[in-house]
Amino acid sequence: MVSGPDGSNSDTHEPPGEMIAVSLWRGQGSSGGLVRYDVPVRDNQTILDIVTHIQRNIDSTLSYRFACRVGMCGSCAMTVNGVPRWTCRTHAGQFTKNGRLTVEPLRNMPIIKDLVADMAPFFDKWQKAEGRFQGKDSRTDDVEPVRPDSPERKTADAGIECINCAICYAACDVVAWNPDYLGPAALNRAWTLMNDIRDTAGGERLRAVSAGDGCHNCHSHQSCMTFCPNDLNPTAAIAGLKRMAVRAVLKGEL
Amino acid sequence: MIGGHRNHPLWLAFALHRVSGLLLSLFLPAHFLVLGLAIDGAEDLDGFLVLTENPVVKLAEFGLVFLLAVHMFGGLRLLALEFLAWSPRQKTYAAASLAGGFFIACGFLLSAGA
Amino acid sequence: MLDARLFLLQRATAIVMAPLVLIHLAVIIFAVRGGFDAAEILSRTRGSWVWGGFYSLFVIAASVHAAIGLRTIGFETFGGSRRTLDVVTIAVAAVLALLGLRAVFAVVAS
Repeated sequence: MVSGPDGSNSDTHEPPGEMIAVSLWRGQGSSGGLVRYDVPVRDNQTILDIVTHIQRNIDSTLSYRFACRVGMCGSCAMTVNGVPRWTCRTHAGQFTKNGRLTVEPLRNMPIIKDLVADMAPFFDKWQKAEGRFQGKDSRTDDVEPVRPDSPERKTADAGIECINCAICYAACDVVAWNPDYLGPAALNRAWTLMNDIRDTAGGERLRAVSAGDGCHNCHSHQSCMTFCPNDLNPTAAIAGLKRMAVRAVLKGEL
Repeated sequence: MIGGHRNHPLWLAFALHRVSGLLLSLFLPAHFLVLGLAIDGAEDLDGFLVLTENPVVKLAEFGLVFLLAVHMFGGLRLLALEFLAWSPRQKTYAAASLAGGFFIACGFLLSAGA
Repeated sequence: MLDARLFLLQRATAIVMAPLVLIHLAVIIFAVRGGFDAAEILSRTRGSWVWGGFYSLFVIAASVHAAIGLRTIGFETFGGSRRTLDVVTIAVAAVLALLGLRAVFAVVAS
């Protein structure tokens, strides 16, 4: 067996001939459909390995997105058998059913081409939810002490490992039903900032996240939490924002 | 409809809460109109309540009691989720609210049959 | 679509109704023994300001709660502008409250 262009020669680890029937979504914009490719089974093969195999060995016009391949960058999320997944850390063996596998682009975002979703609306909503830190100190000020064991910091820490992969956003039915809904990732980010004692934009942010398309639309399906590859809990973060906004309304501050 | 990313217990708990809420709000006007029959005395209301002896109607009432109870228990779970400290036992609570609704509806059926 | 105020109204009516629903369920299970009987129900409710107050509060909370719930379902299923949703929400709440209060009047005061 000749080693593949990706440098792998692991075909030798499997009995020759064992194949997975992979249905990939191919197309541009809203028009397209599933196309079948047969890919050889390999040891410890990830979904990303399969997509890469197809692009390098079968059809080089296939578009997909990836970068780090180790679950750090959040670029390679796709819909695998109807479920959003980070493909670089998802073993094919665990998802293949009767030798079949379906890979589609993420839901709830426009498709650019093939497996590449347009993530612009997802990132725009981070901005809409005021998901950026705004401090009061300049570089000439002393560093403000933040106690790691304070309740605020612990709450913020629980949500900061987000890698912006948009899996939660793709899994969220509230986004599907209301395309303007800010979504779990942006609201989770806003919640971490509301608990950052150095941040000064709390008032504006609370107004932004509790407006018509904000946190109060969440139905607590907990799909975001169920599918988050980093085990974050956006549902709990959104519940925190709901509470904070309701308290502000009752105090007449919102 | 159900499947893929929806194939987990807490999404089904949502679906139950939504369907029960929708059916209850559609039932409300009918409920109010029937009770309104008493405005001209007990006879009109009794004339309607005879229907409740029908086993099919009894089963529908069982369904309504179940919907009301399960919507209340499921709603209490959501209120706790939204207003109290986070609990990781949401699936347990969702299952308990389903069981609670069923228990109360069975209580209704036992009482109605007695 | 659902802002902080509507959310608060929806959850506040839910909190109000939780004990009312429990009592209502207990009354249903009690009243159904041996079948519903209008005379029996009305003998309990007629002239009772306690039941009148109880069910008036229940009707108002349920009308608001159901109207906001239907607003959410309507928007998520069919869409609609904020203005349309507001009009429909208020109309549904008003119709439910009127029918409900009429029913309370029928069993308590007529």
